Amino acid sequence: MTELLALTLALPLLAGALFIVATASTRAALFGFFAFGLFLALAWVALDAVDVALTEAAIGGGATGLLLLRLNGRMRHPVSLGEPAGPRLKIAAGLLAALVTLALGALLLALPEPAPSLAAATVEPLPALGIGNPVTAVLIAYRALDTLLEIVVLLIAVVGLRALGTDRGWGGRPVPWPEGEPSPALVFLARLLIPAGLVFAVYLFWVGADAPGGKFQASTLVAALWLLAIMAGLAPAPCSGGRWTGRALAIGPLAFIVAGTIGIAAAGSFLAWPEPVAKPMIIAVELALAVSIVVALVLLVAGPPERETGR
Amino acid sequence: MSTTLFGLTGAALVGIGLFGLIVHPTALRKLLAFNLVGAGVFLVFGVLARRAAAAGLAGDPVPQAIVITGIVVAFAATALAATLLARLSGPEEEP
Amino acid sequence: MIADLLTIVLVSAGAVFFLAGTVGLLRFPDPLSRLHALTKADSLGLGLIALGLVPQAGSVWMALKLLLVWLLVLAGSTAAGQMLARLHRAEAADD
Repeated sequence: MTELLALTLALPLLAGALFIVATASTRAALFGFFAFGLFLALAWVALDAVDVALTEAAIGGGATGLLLLRLNGRMRHPVSLGEPAGPRLKIAAGLLAALVTLALGALLLALPEPAPSLAAATVEPLPALGIGNPVTAVLIAYRALDTLLEIVVLLIAVVGLRALGTDRGWGGRPVPWPEGEPSPALVFLARLLIPAGLVFAVYLFWVGADAPGGKFQASTLVAALWLLAIMAGLAPAPCSGGRWTGRALAIGPLAFIVAGTIGIAAAGSFLAWPEPVAKPMIIAVELALAVSIVVALVLLVAGPPERETGR
Repeated sequence: MSTTLFGLTGAALVGIGLFGLIVHPTALRKLLAFNLVGAGVFLVFGVLARRAAAAGLAGDPVPQAIVITGIVVAFAATALAATLLARLSGPEEEP
Repeated sequence: MIADLLTIVLVSAGAVFFLAGTVGLLRFPDPLSRLHALTKADSLGLGLIALGLVPQAGSVWMALKLLLVWLLVLAGSTAAGQMLARLHRAEAADD
């Protein structure tokens, strides 16, 4: 039975990937990517990784797809990085791809049994942190440095985005989209979804301590709602040079570093959570991180500033 | 068995994405193919996590958390590449 | 027993609507009639499946969540269908 379920998910994944690579129309490939992202999220559910499924549906499929779709609409001509591939290159690329796939597949079939696992080591200290969801615990406690650096990567991407804007638009707002009057149906949908979505985002944030969910998924949802509001003309895009934008971007990493430094004094090492106040500290840091992630995601999808502001 | 099937799917996704990355001349299609490679690698990670189910959990949470971090980092890289492309495709004014 | 029977009947009916909608999407000649086929499948088919799963939900909250999912998808697909039809009309007017 589970084999049948896996097959009904694996086949559309493969077909979708082939379609994305093979289709002649870039727009069709982009819409194929949305569908592919949804099937991939379902595959993650089938693999019992609901946290990853939520992240994949929100960021991997949704935000990336939206970003590339907007890019496709903005580009005045396709950027070509070389000549179209000839038959010889195609054969060589096909052979290389087949070789990599076969090697990876052989590796997967030859994995040791039973598989080494850190699951037991992850579960054991959970009560001390006051967290019930082991994935959240790994993200914020055992591998907190990864999460800190991940926020820094997002910030670096935002800095790169600002640097790549036009001179005239420095510190301004991204170009609005779509140009012209938004569809009334979109405005209606935005008015309906935004309040409901915000409630759901708060729920996702809070439930992440004990069940699938957490700050990433909640922040992506808020960012998606903000983008929906921008598209429906209900809210302005953030001003990349604005005072509040900068503060919102900085508060997450700053709170994380301050909390980590407190850890040196109170618990003996950087990013160690002092046991009696672990839970409130984690929630405070996650809230600050969520603010930064929301603003960074909206800026990254909305694109570089091109319009001057009356700042 | 079904877990292995997903693993092999992930391996195939890496291959398909790699092929597209090499063969497509336009940058946007290369970016899409690059994301397919990423999806395949993450799926292989997910299979490793699922195989390592222990201690009453359905999967090893450490690879799962690393995949979440990876998805966000891949998004950041894609966004930066997209910005570069938007700028390359048509400067509105003198650089 | 009766609950299981209800689930089987409703989910099967929903699946039939999805099948009909997909056939329509593939067979109908122009975008507007394809949208017509698709939106019926989406709203009614998903509604029947959600209703069919309610007896299996186990708790009132779970059942309410299922119905909420249906309502949200209903709003989303209706708006998307309307926007696609509008886009089609605008493009047809341009030609």
